[in-house]
Amino acid sequence: MSGQTTRLATAEPRWLRAVLMVVGLGFLFFFLALPLVAVFVEAFQGGMSAYVEALRHPETLSAIGLTVFIAVFVLPFNIAVGVAAAWAIAKFDFRGKSLLITLIDLPFAVSPVVVGLVFLLIFGAQGLFGPWLAAHDVKIVFALPGMIIVTLFITFPFVARELIPLMQAQGKDEEEAAISLGASAWQMFFRVTLPNIKWGLLYGVILANARAMGEFGAVSVVSGHIRGETNTLPLHVEILYNEYNAVGAFASASVLALLALVTLVAKTVVEWQMRRETVMLDTPLAPENVGQPSGTQP
Amino acid sequence: MKNKHVLPGFGLALGITLVYLSLLVLLPLSGLAFKASSLSAGELWNVATSERALASYRVTFGASLLAAGINAVFGLIVAWVLVRYPFPGKRLVDSLVDLPFALPTAVAGITLATLYAGNGWLGRFLEPLGLKVAFTPLGIVVALTFIGLPFVVRTLQPVIEDIEPEIEEAAASLGASRLQTFLRVLLPGVFPALLTGFTLAFSRAIGEYGSVIFIAGNMPLISEITPLLIISKLEQYDVIGATALALVMLVISFVMLLAVNALQWWSANRHHGREKVSL
Repeated sequence: MSGQTTRLATAEPRWLRAVLMVVGLGFLFFFLALPLVAVFVEAFQGGMSAYVEALRHPETLSAIGLTVFIAVFVLPFNIAVGVAAAWAIAKFDFRGKSLLITLIDLPFAVSPVVVGLVFLLIFGAQGLFGPWLAAHDVKIVFALPGMIIVTLFITFPFVARELIPLMQAQGKDEEEAAISLGASAWQMFFRVTLPNIKWGLLYGVILANARAMGEFGAVSVVSGHIRGETNTLPLHVEILYNEYNAVGAFASASVLALLALVTLVAKTVVEWQMRRETVMLDTPLAPENVGQPSGTQP
Repeated sequence: MKNKHVLPGFGLALGITLVYLSLLVLLPLSGLAFKASSLSAGELWNVATSERALASYRVTFGASLLAAGINAVFGLIVAWVLVRYPFPGKRLVDSLVDLPFALPTAVAGITLATLYAGNGWLGRFLEPLGLKVAFTPLGIVVALTFIGLPFVVRTLQPVIEDIEPEIEEAAASLGASRLQTFLRVLLPGVFPALLTGFTLAFSRAIGEYGSVIFIAGNMPLISEITPLLIISKLEQYDVIGATALALVMLVISFVMLLAVNALQWWSANRHHGREKVSL
């Protein structure tokens, strides 16, 4: 059959495909690719030496350090609670389960600015615990603990969200087999569950990390913007930009853009791994493969 | 026959989750409501319905609605192109769609502001045409479009992938034109997902702060979004004002969350129903 004159009835005409491609890819070019390129072009506007100098500024270095510290501090909590929540939700039935799933999504729905304000109202000078904290000389708001708390709040859903559908799809047969064969609870977890969910867990951690390092609104409200002390990299970008220090702002921004690129690459790699393992799990189970080696073929 | 507690750890896992969720999320959020309840209702109402607050709701909702609409149209095209059409570099482009999730909002904000400023790469071509984007409400729409795009594309992609070719073949063999097939068969199938993506993008846009403030110009009554108004109230030590506005936003967040849940439930049920029919 020649495909020259006939066209699949279930495909768009050639000209329409071309138009849709141009519109769709053009939209992505102007809205996504161009900004990404612009970050780096602006950062190197003053040449390589200005770029390096901007990054080596003590305030920039301390902002990078603080950003990394907060993320490293927050991620273990995300992992532990995310796995716990997914375990309870995916492997057991209980009343109010769908409500719990909705509540886990809540931090995504609340505006970051409102999140910051909420913790300001609790721990701030005029807040609920403000007087008590002041009397005991504990600083939470406008200090590191407050920034950690809002980051915990903001990043809470990521791990659980990735794991719940994954663990639901995997079912509980393997774990039940392990238990009935005499494995202890932790043996079951580390030898059966964790290997099964490792890519999904990593995926959630990558997303949570990107958000933890990049969070702006919530951290901005509770940080107090103390230079060299409570300034994360995104807040540092804002300060430099507002001081019309474009090269400095975009140099710091380029570090964050690099983080975004690493995140995208890591995410893609993990997605491939997950797909590969699903394929590997599925193939031996397909009926046509089961019968073949046993020699039933004529 | 089924033993309910073969697997261990239910109590521990659920306990950790509930304690963590309560301490970190639920109690703090109810703290906001508690704080608001200690203020007089009249006072709250006055702040929440002041001229500046009402203008900020208009800007926030208008720009969010417009941005989510733009994303619904272009996101559908992007998702369609990514699922259906082969082209070189497709995987790269597909990964790029997640950029707004990965790029910190402050970085997006200063970059978009620079691109669309009068002397920027895009602004220098748009401004002679009379299109001022940076430091106008239009800039807010641009930033919110950037932020919301992946929500629509990522919600639509799996649904478009799942469309069974038989449906399209049936429509075509019954004499439907491609446009008729799209409007009568394909679009109704993907509509719940499209609406879900739209709602996700919209609800994200309403609360967005970091990417907007750099490009918005932040003129009270004209290009001031509600989250920024909360911040400026805080900077003037007007806790009451900030609390009243935050309460309005929190209520809206709850409504949006419920709407998204209802939509996903509808979408899943429809999908399920369709699968049943095809069996």
